[in-house]
Amino acid sequence: MNVITRDTARPVATPLPPLPPGRAGLSFAEAGLAALSALAANKLRAALTALGIFIGVAAVIVTVAVGAGARQQVLSQIQSLGANLLLVWGSNVRMGGVSLGAGQRPNMSWDDAQAIPREIPAVEAAAGTIRQQLQIVYGNQNWSTWVNGTDLDWFVAHEWVVAEGRFFTEEEANSGRKVALIGQTVAENLFGDENPVGREIRIRATPFEVIGVLGRKGQNPMGQDQDDVVVTPYWTARRSVMGASRAFARSVGSISVKVAEGEDMAEVEDQLRAFFRQRHRVAANEPDTVNIRNLSEIAATRDASARTLSLLLAAVAAVSLLVGGIGVMNIMLVSVTERTREIGLRLAVGARRQDILRQFLLEAVLLALLGGAAGVAVGIALAHTLGAFGGWPVLIQWDAVALAVAVSGLTGLFFGYWPARRAARLDPIQALRHE
Amino acid sequence: MDALIETRDLTRHYPSGEGVVAALEGVNVSMRQGEFVAAMGPSGSGKSTFLNLIGCLDQPTRGSYRLAGEEVGTLSPERLAALRGEKIGFVFQSFHLLPRSDALSNVMMPMLYRGIPPKIRRERAEMALERVGLASRMHHTPSQLSGGQQQRVAIARALVCGPELLLADEPTGALDSRTGLEIMALFQALNRSGVSILCVTHDPDVAAFAGRTLRFRDGRLFEDETHSPVDAAAMIGVPFA
Repeated sequence: MNVITRDTARPVATPLPPLPPGRAGLSFAEAGLAALSALAANKLRAALTALGIFIGVAAVIVTVAVGAGARQQVLSQIQSLGANLLLVWGSNVRMGGVSLGAGQRPNMSWDDAQAIPREIPAVEAAAGTIRQQLQIVYGNQNWSTWVNGTDLDWFVAHEWVVAEGRFFTEEEANSGRKVALIGQTVAENLFGDENPVGREIRIRATPFEVIGVLGRKGQNPMGQDQDDVVVTPYWTARRSVMGASRAFARSVGSISVKVAEGEDMAEVEDQLRAFFRQRHRVAANEPDTVNIRNLSEIAATRDASARTLSLLLAAVAAVSLLVGGIGVMNIMLVSVTERTREIGLRLAVGARRQDILRQFLLEAVLLALLGGAAGVAVGIALAHTLGAFGGWPVLIQWDAVALAVAVSGLTGLFFGYWPARRAARLDPIQALRHE
Repeated sequence: MDALIETRDLTRHYPSGEGVVAALEGVNVSMRQGEFVAAMGPSGSGKSTFLNLIGCLDQPTRGSYRLAGEEVGTLSPERLAALRGEKIGFVFQSFHLLPRSDALSNVMMPMLYRGIPPKIRRERAEMALERVGLASRMHHTPSQLSGGQQQRVAIARALVCGPELLLADEPTGALDSRTGLEIMALFQALNRSGVSILCVTHDPDVAAFAGRTLRFRDGRLFEDETHSPVDAAAMIGVPFA
C-alpha cells in the first residue's frame, strides 16, 4: 500500500536539468506584470487609491480646456477688432461751464484724420468716420443699422475683408459715388439667400449700389454684433445721407488709427493727444479734447482675468494631486506591511533589493498612471459635455493632457519611493518570520 | 568530493540592550555534496542562526563560511542575493506560498529574478511539479491544496533553479505525522538522486531520516554524529501512534 498514490503522479526524484543562464535580476517588463497582478489582487483598494489622482487629473484637464477655450475666444475677439487699433473720438465739450457730453459736438475733422499719418510716422492708417443709425430698404424688406461713412483706411484699421464683391475705389470715394458695402447680418436680413452684389438698396430714400459684402466678424468683446453694418465712402455719406450744417461739413465722429506693427501703442497714444492739443490749441492747464481707447487692451484685461481663473483652478487640481499622492503612499505602506512575508520569501529565493524596490515602485507608478489615464478620459469627456451642453468654449490642450499624465506618473514615483525603499530594506530573516 | 559547506569558527553575535547575545559561537563544520544532514537543538540553541548563515540570509560576525568554494562572509548584499538564487533552495515550516498564485506561478517565481524567459520558466516549473508528484495540481491555488501538497509545491519551488543545497526549516512542523513522513520520504528520494539537504528540526524522529545529525546547544555545536538513516518510505503505511 502506497499512500502517495493519493496524487495522480508519483514523485520521481530525479534532478532537473541545469538552468540555462539568464540575465541577472528582474526585468522591467516582468516587474510591471508582477505589479499589475498585485494591483489586480486588490481591485477595489487600487481603484479607491487611484481616485485621488483621478479627480486631480480630471480637474486639470477640464479647467485647462475651459481656460484655453475662454482665452481662445478672447483672442479671436481681439483679432476681430483689428490689431494695434486706437480709437479716437471727441471728448466732453464744455460751453460756458455746461457739459455737453462726450462726442455731442464733433470737434475732429476729415482733415485731422488725413494729417495723422503724415504727422505721426508710427501710424499705418487713419480713417475718419461718421456713423448714424438709419433705415435701409431693399424691395419690401427694411432693416435698421449703423451706416458708416469712411475711407479705405477704415478697412485696413479694422481688418475687414470682402466676402463677395469688392471694396470701393479711391476714385469712387473722392467723387462721392453712391456705393455701399454691407455686413453679413444686413445681407441676411435684407437679401436672405439672394446675392446682394449689384443690387440697389435705399438709405434714407437715396439709392445705393451694393458693391460688396464684408466677411463675418461676429461679436466684439462688448457683445455688439460687428456684422450689423453698412459702409459707404465718407463724402457720399456726408453729401447724400447725413447732410450737416455748414459748420460741420468736414467733421468726423471718430478716427480709427492703426499703429504699425512693432510700434509702442502707448507712445503713439501720447503723440495723438499732443497732436490734437496742438491742433485744437489747448492751453497747458486745459483737459484733452479727445478720448483715445486702446481696444485690444480691454480684451487683454479679460484675457488676463481668464488666465488668473485658470491658475486658481490649476492650484486646486495640484492640491488634489498632492492628496492623491499621499493616498498612494499610504496604501503602498499598508501593502508593504501586508506583504512582508512575501517580500522575505522573494529575498530568500534570490531577489535583490533593487528588484524589490523596482517592483513596488512600479506598482505605485502604475496605480497613479491608471488613475491619471482614467482622469484624462473622464476629463476630456466632461470638457466636451460642458462644450456641447453648457455652451462653454472648450479647447482640449494636448500638451496639458500629456503633462497631467506625466505628473500623475511622477506623483506615483515620488510618493511610492519611500514605501518601496522600506520594502527593499527589509531584513529577509525578520520578514520571513513576520506574522 | 569537494566540501559543499565549510565553516571555520563561525560566530554570530546580536546586539541586545546593553550587551551582545552570542547566537552562534565558533562552529566548525563541513558538509560534502550529496549529504543529508539534520541540525537539531531546542529553541535558542543556535540552529536557526546556523541555518540563516548557511542560507546566505545573514552574515557572520566572525569566522569564515565557504559555500561551494566561495567565501560568503565578505560578499555584497547583491552577490549574496544572487548566491541564494543560484545555490540554495529554501523550504519553510509554514510553506510561504503566494496565496493568490497557483502552484505553477509559485514555482515559476524564483526564476523571475534570474532573467529566465517565460517559456523556459513554465517548462521547468511543470517539470519540478511533476518531480514532487503534483502534475495534476498545477493550477490549484494554495487554499485548494492540502498541507502536504502545499509543502510539495514549496519543495518544487526550492528545486526549480537546480540548487546545490536544499535548506529545510522544520519542514514537517505544520503537518500531521503521516504527511510529514511523506515529505521526509520525498527528501530521501531527492537526496538519493544527488540533492544535498540540510534540515533544521527540534524533532529527533525527523533527524533520524538524515544520515548525519548536528546537535546545537547554547549557540555551540556540541555533537556531530553520522548514523544510518531510517527509511521514511518504508514507514509509510505502518500504523503509528
